[in-house]
Amino acid sequence: MYRRTALKLAAAAALAGALPLGFTHAADPIKIGAVAPKTGPLAGGAAITHWPNVQLWVHQVNERGGLRMRDGSRRKVELIEYDDRTNPGETIKAVERLATQDKVDFIVAPYGTGLNLAAAPVFAKYGYPQIACTSVTDKVPELTKRYPSIFFTLGTTTAFANSVAEVLNKLRAEGKIGNRVAMVNVADAFGIELAEAARPIFKTAGLEIVYDRSYPLGTQDLSPIVKGARAANPDAFVAWSYPPDTFAITEQSKIEGLNVKAYYTAVATAFPAYRGKFGKSIEGHLGAGGVNLDTPEMKAYLAAHKKVTGKDADYWASPVTYAGLQVLEQAIEAVGTDRKAVTEYIKKATFKTVMGHWKFVNQSIHEFWTVGQWQNGLFHGVSSTGLPGAKPVIAKPGW
Amino acid sequence: MTRAEARNLALAAAAFALLAFLPFLKDSGYLLSVSVSIAMYTVLATSWALFSGPTHYISLATAAFYGLGAYVVAAGIGTISYPLLLVLAGIAGAVLALAVGVTTLRLSGVYFVIFTLGLAELIRQVVTWVQNNLTGSRGMYVLTEITERIIYWELLGLAALVYLVGWLVARSRLGFALRIIGNDELVAAHVGINSAAAKLILFVISGVFAAVVGAVMAPRYTYIEPSIAYSPELSFQVVIMALIGGAHRLWGPLVGVIPFALLWELIAARFPTQTVLLLGVAFLLIVYFIPHGVVGRIESALERLRRGTRRG
Repeated sequence: MYRRTALKLAAAAALAGALPLGFTHAADPIKIGAVAPKTGPLAGGAAITHWPNVQLWVHQVNERGGLRMRDGSRRKVELIEYDDRTNPGETIKAVERLATQDKVDFIVAPYGTGLNLAAAPVFAKYGYPQIACTSVTDKVPELTKRYPSIFFTLGTTTAFANSVAEVLNKLRAEGKIGNRVAMVNVADAFGIELAEAARPIFKTAGLEIVYDRSYPLGTQDLSPIVKGARAANPDAFVAWSYPPDTFAITEQSKIEGLNVKAYYTAVATAFPAYRGKFGKSIEGHLGAGGVNLDTPEMKAYLAAHKKVTGKDADYWASPVTYAGLQVLEQAIEAVGTDRKAVTEYIKKATFKTVMGHWKFVNQSIHEFWTVGQWQNGLFHGVSSTGLPGAKPVIAKPGW
Repeated sequence: MTRAEARNLALAAAAFALLAFLPFLKDSGYLLSVSVSIAMYTVLATSWALFSGPTHYISLATAAFYGLGAYVVAAGIGTISYPLLLVLAGIAGAVLALAVGVTTLRLSGVYFVIFTLGLAELIRQVVTWVQNNLTGSRGMYVLTEITERIIYWELLGLAALVYLVGWLVARSRLGFALRIIGNDELVAAHVGINSAAAKLILFVISGVFAAVVGAVMAPRYTYIEPSIAYSPELSFQVVIMALIGGAHRLWGPLVGVIPFALLWELIAARFPTQTVLLLGVAFLLIVYFIPHGVVGRIESALERLRRGTRRG
């Protein structure tokens, strides 16, 4: 009895001693909300590209002692996270909940094109800046006009298709490939859009599409597609694919011995798991995304990502997602927690990020990586819309 | 119309009128987003129960109609006016339900369930095939001036309509025929009921409602993706909610939807990383403790109350 009372007293005393001390040192934390899939069809992608970066950023900011505010105080970051189950209705509800119930200061933009666009009206309504790092859309002008606080960083569909044509033509100019392209696409949102954009672009670029097929999302057996492509005797193979089929097509191409000097698969080619599965045989593979691996910022980021989250970052949207958080961080440090001021600041200022210097023009980043290539076990950017540090593209050796 | 019916109708009308003022409340954004999902599931679950309640045919096709409605809007939004698109979505839903109903309503039990489950996937593949080969994907964006508030009112209107239709059906010869079919289809056939036609009519009604709900919701999502529009989860949720409430009363699904949606919201807010797991546990508990649905509970409680007062 006595001991318990004594313990309680001691605890109370310790608490009383600690509390005022704590208050003088750190201001209230800045509340940051985050909503993205933890379950559902996009959970796998979010677990690679989105959540680890949120975790890394919060960890790093707090380890540093918090955000350095203009008045000299330091404010730590408190994260409130929700699972939207890959359902846009849930994303909308969760953003409303963050804004009106949790009253968070800022919200990390959701994951993927669809979920970001569903949430955009809510972000706009409450004036939260929405740095949509994982959206690829051709409707940037229309969307930014409609939502004054949305920002795009990952690029446009047309630019992706353009760059693939450029890369192929570069190889053609070097005499490494001819102009025959076999093209396949997954019959789903992004795959259809890319194929649609690519057809006229390839034609103007002087590339001949000798094989053009689509396959439904979730197709298990892709051997007919790959066989068909091989039978067309192409010089280059382009697949506008999603993560599961990127893996399946690559595997099938290896089995069928689809030997082309230019081999491109879209989403997930930049994932470390792609290297993990196929090892050395992916040398020379082209894919969507890419990064400049040679900058010290990128090297430090990749090392920290591995150390803090225990996973490798992907070589495309991971650093872009992190850069988006850096933009938010620098804007808050510069102008405080007034959301309107932060949004205006993002529109005007230049940011120093892991992706290099970022300056938004019409609420979007116009210099981004479009095509990367596996060279010696690393996925380097080989084509971009005006970024420095692109590696020369090589022809793919045999499997 | 009896006096009790007139009273219920007046009460229902008053309730709807009251609910229509919800968006005018101060800081109603979050409340509204929850209400939109409650209203959506109410319409879907109630229209589902219109068909499945009396006939005991478990349909998992809700997502097929819902997705079709959303795609009609996505495809036509630039060129056709929105109200007309809602009508077109309804027509598309009716045509699909008719085609499916004619061919499959002769199936019964588990065969019908499996077919309707596959239907969403089938429609999804057909729509993406059309999109991929004929139209291109330029219709994926639904950019309109329609706000959440308008969507809420549209759903409220649809809910009123679904109750009206349900009430009219229940007191008609058709409703009577359906109840007999549900009890014993063989008997129904013997007494001269055209059971195929009766089932078909109700299947079409429920399909039309689901398609229109999809069309109403499309502007809310802005960007329509097949994996989201044709989510099988939607079909299952509708069935679960309707069954939790009780499918044999018109207001049954409502008393399932509201607690379920609130519970869902509570779990999603409090346990963001274990949402799906806890939902599963909650569902098991519900099935275990209220096997006859909330309606069953309410009815037996009322019954006890009535007996109690009679004795007293």
